[in-house]
Amino acid sequence: MNAIDIANQASARAQEAMTLAEQARQLAIAGATAVAPVAAAAEPFLLLLTIFLLACFVGYHVVWNVTPALHSPLMGVTNAISSVIVVGAILATGLSDSIAAKIFGFLAVTLAAVNIFGGFMVTRRMLAMFKKKGS
Amino acid sequence: MAQTLSTLAYLVASVLFILALRGLSNPETSRQGNLFGMVGMAIAVVATLLKPGMGAGGIVIVLAGLAIGGTIGTVLAQRIQMTSLPQLVAAFHSLVGMAAVFVAAAAFYAPESFGIGVPGNIKGASLVEMSLGLAIGAITFSGSVIAFAKLDGRMSGSPIIFKGQHMLNAALGALLLVLVIAFVITGSPVLFWLIAILSFALGFLLIIPIGGADMPVVVSMLNSYSGWAAAGIGFTIGNLLLIVTGALVGASGAILSYIMCKGMNRSIVNVLLGGFGGDGGAAAAGGGAGAADRAPVKAGSPEDAAYIMKNAQKIIIVPGYGMAVAQAQQVVREMADLLKKEGAEISYAIHPVAGRMPGHMNVLLAEANVPYDEVHELEEINAEFADADVAYVIGANDVTNPAAKTDKSSAIYGMPILDVERAKTVFFVKRGMASGYAGVENELFFRPNTMMLFGDAKKVTQQIVQSLQK
Repeated sequence: MNAIDIANQASARAQEAMTLAEQARQLAIAGATAVAPVAAAAEPFLLLLTIFLLACFVGYHVVWNVTPALHSPLMGVTNAISSVIVVGAILATGLSDSIAAKIFGFLAVTLAAVNIFGGFMVTRRMLAMFKKKGS
Repeated sequence: MAQTLSTLAYLVASVLFILALRGLSNPETSRQGNLFGMVGMAIAVVATLLKPGMGAGGIVIVLAGLAIGGTIGTVLAQRIQMTSLPQLVAAFHSLVGMAAVFVAAAAFYAPESFGIGVPGNIKGASLVEMSLGLAIGAITFSGSVIAFAKLDGRMSGSPIIFKGQHMLNAALGALLLVLVIAFVITGSPVLFWLIAILSFALGFLLIIPIGGADMPVVVSMLNSYSGWAAAGIGFTIGNLLLIVTGALVGASGAILSYIMCKGMNRSIVNVLLGGFGGDGGAAAAGGGAGAADRAPVKAGSPEDAAYIMKNAQKIIIVPGYGMAVAQAQQVVREMADLLKKEGAEISYAIHPVAGRMPGHMNVLLAEANVPYDEVHELEEINAEFADADVAYVIGANDVTNPAAKTDKSSAIYGMPILDVERAKTVFFVKRGMASGYAGVENELFFRPNTMMLFGDAKKVTQQIVQSLQK
């Protein structure tokens, strides 16, 4: 084993290392290209999720403050406002040319409208009954 | 620009919805709160209609739907009897669920309206959210239909149980998950409708084993589901107002379910697995027989009760659902008015599960013109029984049973109860010696300071009123 052999071997190892490094680089690029659309898609979803979770906390605190005597009206109001789904129904009916979307949209608008009007009206009836002593 | 305006309008509507719930912290501000809710909804609807790209034909269809639905809703809300409130709310929940199914379908057939792709090629993430909204909506629909039928007496309140029920539900749940995954990969319309059908079946199967008297929990839970369904649709179409409102409603229903469960000292899992109890009083047979070996029960006449109450300083009335069934609210309030003239101090004690939905008893009393500041929740009033002269228990039983505090073997052990036994005299207005819904005998009936007033709640109270008027 002389110095030249060792030098040759070292050079061969160095070559291999370079090939590996190149492969790793290409993999990294491929990985990044593959992840990019997922990350881009996750971005708006994460924003919506953040808002959703914060709204859950707001709901939690506001509802614990509701007096137990008014838990039935609370259900009436939440029932009415959950029909805000009507917004989706209106968009489907108004923005699309698809007949199917218009039919489903109309049905959804009608059902949600029963709820919106019914929910707020029945709550109003309930709340009108709650009177203080002597009034 | 127009896009910014509608987003701003949605923000205002979200805030108004939060203020609507905030208003309910006090009866004084509650009416204003309800108004905020209405204004918020109006803003949301108008802002959506004014969005750019809305076709005139579409707007006409929407207005027609709003007019038809609005008329039906208003008529229903005006006509409904307050005792039937839980049914109405259950029916309304089913409509939200079905509306969510329809919106999901509309988004599936016209995804370009919501910018989530083109028909046949919808973004994977949107399909996940769509199937969530669809499945929760469908479960809310069929579950609420069953809850409605049980509350309205259109089907028996007794739990429907069969062998392998929970296994079946678990298997269907797993199948649903598989279908959702397949749907997200393929985007096939067949799978869309299969998910809908399976979710309808699941909602139905989940609610049938739950007994009629557990319906307060079910109604609250379905309230929560209707919120989650709205939030799911909100994620699908990327609408912040739907997401925020869905979260508010979801949280509200979850809290109410928790409160109801705590009022019965049961876990939500225990309620949902079902099989507990049937219609109130169905499990009556055992109680009366066991009673025979005990100390004799002291039965009194309405005249005796009138005499004792006339001389009482402090009277606490404990109404249960039996009072509402007998339609005795009005006459109870008349009795209270007469006793107030005699100088007695009257208050009402409400157990969390006194009605058929959260807060139901408070509404029934308010309807009978009982001032809300005379009506107190369990925690507020329980200490006051000790210095009350009379506790007048009408149509309630289990919620006064001291066995819940002492007898570890009792089915109701651990349930918070109203301490009526501490009052100097306890009147129980009951039809007979039957046990309550839990099928547990109430030892209070045999105590020396208890007097039973046997008969129909309304008739007995009317007779007391007549004696008081003499």
